[in-house]
Amino acid sequence: MQKSPRPAFKKILPITLFGLSLLPLTANAETAEEKGLAIAIKADQLDSGWGNQTADLKMVLRNRHGQESTREIRSRTLEVEGDGDKSLSIFDNPRDVKGTAFLSFTHATKPDDQWLYLPALKRVKRISSNNKSGPFMGSEFAYEDITSQEVEKYTYKYLRDEDLDGRPTFVIERYPAYKHSGYTRLVTWLDKEMYQPLKVEFYDRKKSLLKTLTASDYKQYQGKFWRPSKMSMINHQTKKSTDLFWTNYSFNTGLTDRDFDRNSLKRAR
Amino acid sequence: MNRLTTLGLTALLWPGTVTLAGEWSGYLSGELRAFPAEPNDPRQHGNNLSFSAQPEYYIEWDDGRQSITVVPFARWDQGDSERTHADIRELNWLKASDNWELRIGIGKVYWGVTESQHLVDIINQTDFVENLDGEDKLGQPMLQLALIRDWGTLDLFVLPGFRERTFPGIDGRPRFQPRIDTGLTQYESSREQRNIDYAARWSHYIGDWDFGLSYFHGTSRDPTFLPTLNADGEIVIAPLYEIINQFSLDLQATLGDWLWKLEAIHRSGQGASNYAAATGGFEYTFVGIFDSSYDLGLIGEILWDERGRDAPTLFDNDTMIGARFTLNDADSSELLLGFIIDNDDQSQLLYIEGSRRIGQRWKLSIEARAFANTPQDSLLYGMRDDDYLQLEIARYF
Repeated sequence: MQKSPRPAFKKILPITLFGLSLLPLTANAETAEEKGLAIAIKADQLDSGWGNQTADLKMVLRNRHGQESTREIRSRTLEVEGDGDKSLSIFDNPRDVKGTAFLSFTHATKPDDQWLYLPALKRVKRISSNNKSGPFMGSEFAYEDITSQEVEKYTYKYLRDEDLDGRPTFVIERYPAYKHSGYTRLVTWLDKEMYQPLKVEFYDRKKSLLKTLTASDYKQYQGKFWRPSKMSMINHQTKKSTDLFWTNYSFNTGLTDRDFDRNSLKRAR
Repeated sequence: MNRLTTLGLTALLWPGTVTLAGEWSGYLSGELRAFPAEPNDPRQHGNNLSFSAQPEYYIEWDDGRQSITVVPFARWDQGDSERTHADIRELNWLKASDNWELRIGIGKVYWGVTESQHLVDIINQTDFVENLDGEDKLGQPMLQLALIRDWGTLDLFVLPGFRERTFPGIDGRPRFQPRIDTGLTQYESSREQRNIDYAARWSHYIGDWDFGLSYFHGTSRDPTFLPTLNADGEIVIAPLYEIINQFSLDLQATLGDWLWKLEAIHRSGQGASNYAAATGGFEYTFVGIFDSSYDLGLIGEILWDERGRDAPTLFDNDTMIGARFTLNDADSSELLLGFIIDNDDQSQLLYIEGSRRIGQRWKLSIEARAFANTPQDSLLYGMRDDDYLQLEIARYF
């Protein structure tokens, strides 16, 4: 739930960045793994420096019979240098969970810190982040699909160049390096111009194709940062699907650390 | 007030020209309680219908740094005139600055971490006619200043005005036997409900550990029960509210699939001697059981009170075990099974709480409570015939 939609790649420790910047991208000796990582780092660099952002999210959940239910969430995100981002998600719909808020401090390798605010009890509850593979709000997006995608959360392998719907892409495989992932690998079609994913295939723990994500209607903000307006996830095994519609992206909103603490969680509206 | 101050106040409250748009939300709910057994006291009701409403109005300005929240609550109950009641849950103004927050008005505050009972939670009085679980609270007048620093949050409270705990009436169910007669309420303080209470709390987290240290001075939210005769010669219980000092600790360690929890209090001023009480235990979650997206949490807690059998609480030396099923589905279906057993007399309390959403705006909840093996000297004895099954349907707007 936590996050703004940056399903691409993000963040890196300075030391890693330093080490890898010495590797020329086109070196002859470069392995498929090195090339995959280099692409991930480039994508992360291109999407760094946005500081903070807010956006509105509408989720449309569809079951196998086509019945729909919707959720509306407002998302606030703070970029943290050298670590994962901080995010606050506030639920407006369905109405029985209105006012529920979720605070997450993501980390590159250690488990995320997460708190949930339950407005009926006025209770702030620290929750475990081990449910990474679990559905976010009953949707086809797992928590791990929408949290901050640090470079170090995966290992990489470049597969090939390929055109997807007329756009040149890198096709890269990612392997989760964190515990409790529901996936064995993710095949990503990364747009060569935006360095943002157009499509991701998720393979489950039994190595079967589980889901396909399609991200579309990208727009550029601040002359630099690409964000999709729509993300569609189809679960091939359950035939259920979820569409995410992002609107009202806003950057440099003046958010600070103070807007991402347990006090702000309690008064989030 | 001179003109400059007026201008200053105006600027504080209404910075710039803003268009204000308030927002309504809330719910309407219908509840049916079925009691399979005949009541212990023939004056008590049988199957019971009840309706409640809790609208909420919220308005903010100053970039969300100031807001007013208004939450009235009302219930109509078929069988229990004491359960038919209304309250202002919230009516407060909040100002949030970079390193402090100020709340003035009627508010609600929650402290604590454990599942089976809420020892440390003391700011708001329990609205006990709502539910035995003690999770429904009456609005509390307060002035709350929160200082937000690197070393955590320090909350300071001035609490003018005491709220009596609500108890089921003569016809109410489930209830204690003999019944609690709130008409005979006594206070230690000559100022009675006008006594001003104070509280302070430091809360923080370090890594996987979240904790709070609190102090409370004022009128105890838990009354002492005094058996007495009322004007009609009926044996009843008179609640006595004493002035107490209480120190408390609440602590949770979030370690992977394990949550370790502790709530502990030390109280003086209630009864003859000081005493300590604690609730502690764990919740372990199996994520994605049976290769599904279902989660199963197992809960174990020990409930202890130094006063032992004399404690005016159900839980002086008890063990709680529970299971929480979370389906993680589109309807947010969940089910909690709880079982609390007294380690001394083996009296037992069983409960089930389940809920799921229906469509976008409805929510269906079930609840069942059963009392088993209740010895005559146990507080639960009075409720031995009050097992019930509850269905609730709520419409959210």
